[in-house]
Amino acid sequence: MKKSVFLGTLTVAGIAAGVAGAATLDDVKARGTLNCGVTTGLVGFAAPNANGEWEGFDVAVCRAVAAAVLGDASAVEFVPTTGKTRFTALASGEIDMLARNTTWTFSRDVDLKFEFTGINYYDGQGFMIPRELGVSSALELAGATVCIQTGTTTELNLADFFRSNNMEYEPVPIETNAEAQQQYLAGACDVYTTDASGLAATRATFEDPGAHVILPEIISKEPLGPLVRHGDNDWGDIVRWTLNALIAAEEYGITSANIGELTAGTDNPEINRILGTEGNLGEMLGLDAEWAVRAISANGNYGEIFAKNIGESTPIGLARGLNAQWTDGGLLYSPPFR
Amino acid sequence: MATITDPPKGAFRLSMLINDTRYRSLTFQFIALFLLIALFAYLGSNLVANLRAAGLNISYEFLGEPAGYDINQTLIEYDSQSSHWRAAVAGVLNTLLVAFLACLTATILGTIAGVLRLSNNWLVRKLMAIYVEAFRNVPVLIWIIIIFTIMTAVLPAPRAFRGDEPEASMLFGAFAFTNRGVYTPLPIFGPGSSVVIAVFIASIVGVFAYRRYATKLLYDTGRLLPMGWPSLAILFVPTLLIYFILGRPIGLEYPELRGFNFSGGIQIRGSLIALWFALAIYTGAFIAENVRAGIQAISKGQTEAAASLGLRPGRIMNLVILPQALRVIIPPLISNYLNITKNSSLAIAVGYMDITGTLGGITLNQTGRAIETILLLMLFYLVISLGISALMNVYNNAVKLKER
Amino acid sequence: MSDTHQNSIVYVRETMLPEAPPPATETGIVKWMRENLFSNVTNGILTLVSIWAIYQLVMAMGPWLMNGIWDAPSLSACREILQGEVGGCFAVLTERWNQLLFGFQYPDDQYWRPTLAFVLLFAAAAPIMFPKHVPTVGLYFTAVYPFLAYWLIWGGTILAPLVAMAGFIVGYLVYSRFVAQSFAAGFFGAIVAAFATWWIGGMIVDLVAPETTVLSAVESRNMGGFMLNMILGTVCVSLSLPFGIALALGRQSSMPIIKWICVVFIEFIRGVPLITLLFVANVVLAYFLPPGTTFDLILRVIIMITMFASAYIAEVIRGGLAALPRGQYEAADSLGLDYAQSMRLIILPQALKISIPGIVNVAVGLFKDTTLVSVISMFDLVGMIRGPILASTEWNGVYWELLGFAAVLFFVVCYGISQYSQWLERQLQTDHR
Repeated sequence: MKKSVFLGTLTVAGIAAGVAGAATLDDVKARGTLNCGVTTGLVGFAAPNANGEWEGFDVAVCRAVAAAVLGDASAVEFVPTTGKTRFTALASGEIDMLARNTTWTFSRDVDLKFEFTGINYYDGQGFMIPRELGVSSALELAGATVCIQTGTTTELNLADFFRSNNMEYEPVPIETNAEAQQQYLAGACDVYTTDASGLAATRATFEDPGAHVILPEIISKEPLGPLVRHGDNDWGDIVRWTLNALIAAEEYGITSANIGELTAGTDNPEINRILGTEGNLGEMLGLDAEWAVRAISANGNYGEIFAKNIGESTPIGLARGLNAQWTDGGLLYSPPFR
Repeated sequence: MATITDPPKGAFRLSMLINDTRYRSLTFQFIALFLLIALFAYLGSNLVANLRAAGLNISYEFLGEPAGYDINQTLIEYDSQSSHWRAAVAGVLNTLLVAFLACLTATILGTIAGVLRLSNNWLVRKLMAIYVEAFRNVPVLIWIIIIFTIMTAVLPAPRAFRGDEPEASMLFGAFAFTNRGVYTPLPIFGPGSSVVIAVFIASIVGVFAYRRYATKLLYDTGRLLPMGWPSLAILFVPTLLIYFILGRPIGLEYPELRGFNFSGGIQIRGSLIALWFALAIYTGAFIAENVRAGIQAISKGQTEAAASLGLRPGRIMNLVILPQALRVIIPPLISNYLNITKNSSLAIAVGYMDITGTLGGITLNQTGRAIETILLLMLFYLVISLGISALMNVYNNAVKLKER
Repeated sequence: MSDTHQNSIVYVRETMLPEAPPPATETGIVKWMRENLFSNVTNGILTLVSIWAIYQLVMAMGPWLMNGIWDAPSLSACREILQGEVGGCFAVLTERWNQLLFGFQYPDDQYWRPTLAFVLLFAAAAPIMFPKHVPTVGLYFTAVYPFLAYWLIWGGTILAPLVAMAGFIVGYLVYSRFVAQSFAAGFFGAIVAAFATWWIGGMIVDLVAPETTVLSAVESRNMGGFMLNMILGTVCVSLSLPFGIALALGRQSSMPIIKWICVVFIEFIRGVPLITLLFVANVVLAYFLPPGTTFDLILRVIIMITMFASAYIAEVIRGGLAALPRGQYEAADSLGLDYAQSMRLIILPQALKISIPGIVNVAVGLFKDTTLVSVISMFDLVGMIRGPILASTEWNGVYWELLGFAAVLFFVVCYGISQYSQWLERQLQTDHR
């Protein structure tokens, strides 16, 4: 009685009182939208464009999951989170999954009770410095003032790097990427450090990107990936295998362009299984057979998403590097679909 | 009399709990207490259920673990291997530092602006009105960001000091104003410097003694001793004498551009300056209004009476108006000090590592212990606020108009 | 007339001299300047310093404002147009105008809804703000406005605000039916009746709510820009008034438990910065709600800011209550009024009148504090500027124009409110001097 009065009042007051119990999949289906946590704005990964639509590399993962589960790539509610709020948002059920360039670490996985469902970008922390300072190695940075964007693992990596190399430095913690840029460009700090991909994205927005160099040293491993709550393995499987489907699609040459004809049936059983024309993988996930088809056609396969948002033809201009398929010498390696 | 108000003697009935004024308040209080306990029990049970569901627990053990991050400006010894607790303490001290500086500056600024708002100079009056209105009516967060942006964009980078023909140069060769902060010389205390300091402290005591003596003389004999110059002389002459006699034991270490940055000297970080100035100027506008209201609350007759006694305008202000106005000014001043302390939590906007930046910022991010850190954070501010208001209440009572 | 006079006086003027103009130093602008600008040395120096300061400011700001570019697609385009001259790039304001006002997620074609709600706000506020100049009938519109504004801004089925309104109406009817017997009966009866109406109404709405609605529903997550500041400001101020009154009365109460609950609540809220309360709303509150409920962030923030404002308003009203002469309380008692009646009819009207300037101060302060939500990743005006706009490739580095715009916008609103409060104070001065 008490609860229903409470809920009744809430409904009247215009509150969406959803029940985010154990079965996230059912909640998402009942709600009709996927609540996906993203960053508050990092061009290339997740940022609203001039029309207010979210786009970017992380956003594409959210859209693929929404397409797989709900059949509509636009049925995503993007919830901007800061470094501080992202974990509570996920733990409390405000969001169903977090795709916010979050580093997979032991304590986050084990102590904070989250489940990383894979790695969509292999990153590492780097340094950017004005070319005119003539620095060519991070080991020459003794005594430098370093701008850091707070709320990430960067502070810890930075402290470790300078301590292990016995160098002094002065950290300048900054809340948002835009303000960090401002500080860096005004010369209030000599170096800007964050994930190498973020550095490239930031440099791309500069007036004169050529005047800044990204130093070759990568001081940390930053495997970034989407994560979900501990304990709901069914939902975790869906997010994990959607990501794997995107990666495998690139490996097997399934693109958003040719997916239509491939769905008609091919002689490669692995492709057939991914696309649901053979076997019942979708059913095992609790979805229909077409789930991966929808996920891939939403934004294309991993390679297409990469090229469109952060690839070399975009202003951000990231090379595939570690994020190439294992067949091309990279680390992307989807487990087999069988 | 007593018979009228005497309650009717009769058996206690249940309806008396609501209808009888003697019991009604008990009923209400009981209900309120019950509801409160029920609310807390409800929240507590939710918390327990949520934590159990998420597999988390409440524990403050993380405070003892190494923090792992560096803090650029601390008043205590701190490095990345220190514990989260030490990081929190460093943050607390930084909060207190900026709050103290801002309170002091805001008071001076506010008093000047408040007095000038009543000046008979039209231009100054209008300018002060513009200052007060502009700062009172724009959010402090915007002012903090604007002043921080001014600091960053207008002041030169340390790079500009480099080269044969630098774009910027140091003031007196001793002070460097850069967008990373202000670098000032650092006093180096050599042997014998303790004597100089001791003499200086003695001089300060001497100044107070002299002023007290002068006041006593004035009250006893009516003779007016000069105040300004003798005070200054007492303050500086002996110290300077001893300083030179001992062969200048206190040296200065000048900041010097070395590598990426200035080194040596004292660095006052840009974020501290921006936050300090923003809070001081913003709150100064409020204090100016309080000062003005306080002065205007003193009736015109007081000024006229003082003038007819032959006091000069400056003395009228110092001896007659301000002491009376203080009683009106102090209470809102206290709440302004509290506001400064609380607003200093906006340090995160400029990256100043106060308690919100260390404990409520990076520590929270790194450990994910939201409930514990936020609880500690609130507790800290609560203690500070209650402490300041208790202290100020004591003072307030001391200066209260004693009515007989 | 004797002769001696004629001899002793050489000359007598027979006619009046025409009035000479006052000396140049004692008239017109010169006199004004002498009196107001250069009355003594200190003043003269102050004046010169002020003029120098104004000159510097104008020289710095003037070209920047005059050369401002109002039409360009990006900062680099601005710089090209300016060709190295000093000038502001105000094009960012025209380009991102809608984002600054409404946030980036509010549907483009629905902007008229919050705009209309904003315009109607004045109509709704007028009967309260200018009771002497606006007919009392307007108060009905004021009463309807919250529900109307909710429906306009959030959209969705109109049944939800209707049910909410019905709850209030039922509550009021119950109250007026029982208040004659006892205030407490009326008050608590009203609350029970209102909740019952909401509960039943909520179920009915769930059953009959149509799929398509006249106004498409907009999630609160999509609110942003200055609109968010306005929503938070108005909602929280209006909600915090009744809570503030209740808390102030509770703090004055003779019932120790109630008094202490109020004291602890007020002192706790006033002792912590708003930002920590917002952190609570953002990262901690979820743990205290029943498992599975997810509140909107905007609603959590409204709850926190309302709590914050109520504590401050309670202190202001307590000041008003304390300022009333003891005799008023005694007079009310001697008339035989009970507590509720004496408060409602004698004490509160007077205390509230005294507290108005303080309440307006709190309201202005609160409105300014709504910018703090940008710290917890909500895209209000400041959040929009610090986040999406400054992070975008086109407008990366346009600080002054954006921050200046935000400052001007807040200044206009806050200065307007404080001028109104001063006007009201003069209106309310019923004591004759």
